[in-house]
Amino acid sequence: MGLMEKIFGAGWGIHPADRKRPAADIPLRRIATPSHLYVPLQQHIGAPARPVVLVGQKVAKGQLLAEAQGATSAAIHAPRSGTIVSVGDITAPHASGLPVAGIAIEWDGEDRWHEPDDLPADPFALAPEDIGRRVAAAGIVGLGGAAFPSALKLNLGKRSGIHTLILNGGECEPYLSCDDRLMRDFARETVEGIRLMLHATGAREALVGIEDNKPEAIAAMTAAAAPFGEVQVRPVPARYPMGSEKHLFSTLTGKEVPADGRTTDLGVLVHNVGTAYAVQQAIRLGRPLVERIVTLNGGAWHAPGNCVVPVGMLVADIVTAVGLKQDPARLIMGGPMMGTQLPGTFVPVVKGTSGLLALTADEAAAGEAQPCIRCSSCVRACPVGLLPLEMAARIRTDDYAGAVDLGLKDCIACGCCAWVCPAHIPLVQYFGHAKGELAARDRAKLRTDATKRLVAARAERLEREAKEKAEAAARRKAERAAQKAAEAAAAAATADRTTEES
Amino acid sequence: MIAAVLSLTLLGAALGIGLGVAARRFAVEGNPMVDEVAALMPGSNCGQCGFPGCPGAAAAVVAGEAPPTLCPPGGKALAAALAEKLGIELDLSGVVDEGPKIALVAEEICIGCCRCIKVCPTDAILGAPKQIHNVIREACTGCGNCIERCPTEAMSMQPVPMTLQHWVWPKPAVA
Repeated sequence: MGLMEKIFGAGWGIHPADRKRPAADIPLRRIATPSHLYVPLQQHIGAPARPVVLVGQKVAKGQLLAEAQGATSAAIHAPRSGTIVSVGDITAPHASGLPVAGIAIEWDGEDRWHEPDDLPADPFALAPEDIGRRVAAAGIVGLGGAAFPSALKLNLGKRSGIHTLILNGGECEPYLSCDDRLMRDFARETVEGIRLMLHATGAREALVGIEDNKPEAIAAMTAAAAPFGEVQVRPVPARYPMGSEKHLFSTLTGKEVPADGRTTDLGVLVHNVGTAYAVQQAIRLGRPLVERIVTLNGGAWHAPGNCVVPVGMLVADIVTAVGLKQDPARLIMGGPMMGTQLPGTFVPVVKGTSGLLALTADEAAAGEAQPCIRCSSCVRACPVGLLPLEMAARIRTDDYAGAVDLGLKDCIACGCCAWVCPAHIPLVQYFGHAKGELAARDRAKLRTDATKRLVAARAERLEREAKEKAEAAARRKAERAAQKAAEAAAAAATADRTTEES
Repeated sequence: MIAAVLSLTLLGAALGIGLGVAARRFAVEGNPMVDEVAALMPGSNCGQCGFPGCPGAAAAVVAGEAPPTLCPPGGKALAAALAEKLGIELDLSGVVDEGPKIALVAEEICIGCCRCIKVCPTDAILGAPKQIHNVIREACTGCGNCIERCPTEAMSMQPVPMTLQHWVWPKPAVA
């Protein structure tokens, strides 16, 4: 941190009204399970899981539905007991409204957990690799939003010399309070999960970063962590996007992650607090990740608050259970800054769903986009130190290479620039479009290379076949010649004998 | 007899050497750019561009007779790479992009004749005599060579379905 930042404070980020209360202060509720659950096979970064159940099969709550396939993937479990109704397509909770493969379950009305095989008497006696294996088997993914398979990160610990674990309790997005509620209500379990993660990674200490707008969570976590010196709760100033991995890291350690690097390069692993709780549930009770706390907030809900929701529950069923005061102007999954606008209500809650916001027209008001006046508000707001206005100008004229030169790949899509823009330019959409377009070009290039290989393989095959054909023909010719010679010899011998006899 | 053989041999040798020397001395230099451009192309010689194979297309692009957007299997990525290589302006707006297409076998009509397999430049069709054929989607370049070969019109070109992994945010409308 430079001298200027020490005196004037860090310059990045924005301070939107947090609007977390009163929803954050309402006690946690359980939501009634609907008759059907729709569980997508891809709720994580990486390859989709492969189904291991058949239609008509009965499954218990927490039973494996689909196993991880490939290096980066996560297992999927039954969120409730019941019967498998179908394995097919479900509308994905994604702005595009495209389908994703998934499994539909009809709930049998019971709440029967699948019996875990081998619960450890003392989880801290387990080998670190064993914890990683169990976390992978429980299908745990990062619950902060990106949904990266957690076991892969935990197993990184020993290899890359992780010495510190940072637990992300920042929850910097306005409206959301699911992590706040989790830390208030399950502080003891969360701290145990953190200690299990320390054990799994071999890290020496854990820093729990919590924004100072959550005093109750800070108090609860501090009390729960008091007996354990290795777990320290560190309040951090409320500022968006404090919950970004790299920003929480630099706030807590005073170091900065290089643009093309990760915190693990500096020996620090960042996990969400929700992930720590899920790890504790998986190791201590053998319960896979099948439900989570979801914040229901926004002016259109009848009763905002936090609910425990099974993975795979349709937004439509939640709307029926909780009720809406009015038709929301916008229905968003996740936070208002980085969340996804839903294509409809017939989409399921997934492991990475932190909130469901039903915003009224007043809350969602968006101005008409106007030309850029080059005020550079976005430059001051950008937490990564980019020039959003310049990048957007390049992208508008299809100069993607120019945008990459300005650091497009470092953009974390936090939305600060679009939030401060007085001209209401949809900057993040420009960057999202450009990133997608660049990825598509990379894919096309890979495809061209693959086509080249296939063409070469075909040429080689044709040549080989021609050669084999020629060889076979030569062989047949030789055989025929040999046969002819033998016949001639036999005929000659007969002729000889006939001559002798006569 | 010997004189005739000798004179023809000498004549042949002299003319042959003359031709050989001429070929070396008066060789026309090919444009090295054509080879470099051809190296960027898929190399499947599928003929979708209307030129005789990828080298022919490369020659046409270098000569300026064809736009850099001529190669459907290469897509926008190849068009951008070609435009950069040749230092020319790329105008994607004029291109009517129907999106990539791949071949599809109507299984109920396929009679298993193997004719399509023989013309596929990437061996993307799987099948054997009197067995229903199928297209390996990842390997198909969408060249359409197989369409006309099919005696029962079981082959058709279908747009590649959009998936979550391939979806791209649309560009914001210009203010």
